[in-house]
Amino acid sequence: MSHRELDDMLGRGWRKPAFVKNATLRWTLTIGFVAYLIAAFMTIEVSWSRVYEGLDRGLAFVLAFTTPDFVSRWSDIWAGLLESIVMTIAASVVGVLISIPIGLGAARNISPAPVYAVCRGIVAVSRALQEIIVAILLVAIFGFGPLAGFLTLSFATIGFLSKLLAEDIEAMDKTQAEAIKASGARWTQWINYGVQPQVMPRLVGLSIYRIDINFRESAILGLVGAGGIGATLNTAFDRYEYDTAAAILILIIGIVMALEYISGVVRARVQ
Amino acid sequence: MLRLQELTKTYKTGDQALKAIDLEVPKGQVLALIGPSGAGKSTMIRCINRLVEPTSGSVLLADTELTSLGLGTLRKARREMGMIFQEYALVERLTVMENVLSGRLGYVGFWRSYFRRFPQSDVDEAFRLLDRVGLLHMADKRADELSGGQRQRVGICRALIQNPKLLLVDEPTASLDPKTSRQIMRLISELCQERELAAIINIHDVALAQMFVPRVVGLRFGEIVYDGPPTGLTPDKLTEIYGEEDWEATIDKVEDEETDVEAAQ
Repeated sequence: MSHRELDDMLGRGWRKPAFVKNATLRWTLTIGFVAYLIAAFMTIEVSWSRVYEGLDRGLAFVLAFTTPDFVSRWSDIWAGLLESIVMTIAASVVGVLISIPIGLGAARNISPAPVYAVCRGIVAVSRALQEIIVAILLVAIFGFGPLAGFLTLSFATIGFLSKLLAEDIEAMDKTQAEAIKASGARWTQWINYGVQPQVMPRLVGLSIYRIDINFRESAILGLVGAGGIGATLNTAFDRYEYDTAAAILILIIGIVMALEYISGVVRARVQ
Repeated sequence: MLRLQELTKTYKTGDQALKAIDLEVPKGQVLALIGPSGAGKSTMIRCINRLVEPTSGSVLLADTELTSLGLGTLRKARREMGMIFQEYALVERLTVMENVLSGRLGYVGFWRSYFRRFPQSDVDEAFRLLDRVGLLHMADKRADELSGGQRQRVGICRALIQNPKLLLVDEPTASLDPKTSRQIMRLISELCQERELAAIINIHDVALAQMFVPRVVGLRFGEIVYDGPPTGLTPDKLTEIYGEEDWEATIDKVEDEETDVEAAQ
């Protein structure tokens, strides 16, 4: 019986079954997508004469990179850079410390439903509000300066880190934690022995990644008056001092690359 | 020493994993629990230390009713029951010593355990146990550097350092090769004898169970269908325990083949 069925199938060729089984639906979706893409591109208005004029300015900006001016505004750059670094480190430390309990609470497998709901709520609010919007609000409350930037970055860190930490906890190996529970450990010991070792490498990796993000964000936050190197950069643009702006950008790129390198080294060591 | 009375577990899905189990295990007795996958073996031993909450019935450990205990008293009761797991369940990123000492968590305070400052008597006992299973030289290795058999021996140390009255052992040999399986089973039964420990051992391998335990309990569809010495496990009895499951498995297989062919056509 099965031998005869095999004979039928031999020589028939084989294709992976399509993700969308219905052929009509599949082609409608494909053609529809292409049509939408074409239509969407056609609605973009480009004023080519404006682009042509802008090319000169763009060129001046790019050329400034060949002559970055670190010197004439050095004291401003240094002050801005220092402010950014202080903001970044302070916000990262505070943000990570607050994220850990919220991350524990936002993990479905270790938290009771009400705690879970509250913590997920905090995460959702923090993630829904974009940094710039938070910064504008906080600048309005606390005035211009790095305090607003520090608070903004701390707030953003909570949404980012809590969510990813919670997801890592939810994906942990249940039996390892179960074994600790079976020994009669109390809740705090259970977290310390059964859960923490499993999520620690990811927590460290994410924290360092977040320092990296916070530094880059601090360069943006200056644009809305929340202090840091961004404020210096904004001033340089306002004065058309592209060579100073270029110097600042080069410094930012250098620092981000250094952070990237450090995070790679640290992550490799905590595996 | 351990007494189960009409222990029942019904899962939310409506599956009855345990149907009014009655079982008594005297002090120092090692018992093998056999039965097909899904018979409720795992559920039964997890209902005893309440990693799974039983639906009804009672569990008496040395006259303590376990099913009604609050959180704090349950922790104290869990110290009396050491558990050994199928896939070892060692915390992989902790060292061998930390894994063994985690068996003492029920006895030490949080800060002591957090700074890994266990009482000297616990540390000495951990060294003694590791030496007993031949792993003293591995004390500071990370658990994930060990082989399967070594990990299971660390798991045994972790259970024994609790100084339990009862061992709950869930498929201790399921992921080990035949030789290591025998060594582990021999080690468990020897240690139980040395310490007069009662043990319930879930096990797939009937031949292995017969080799090392004086009493076998057969479970099928959440009910006890055999309780006696290993010599009483005749082919008929084994068919009674495993038979219907085997038969179903065969049916399933044939059906699978048919649907596969249909899908291909």
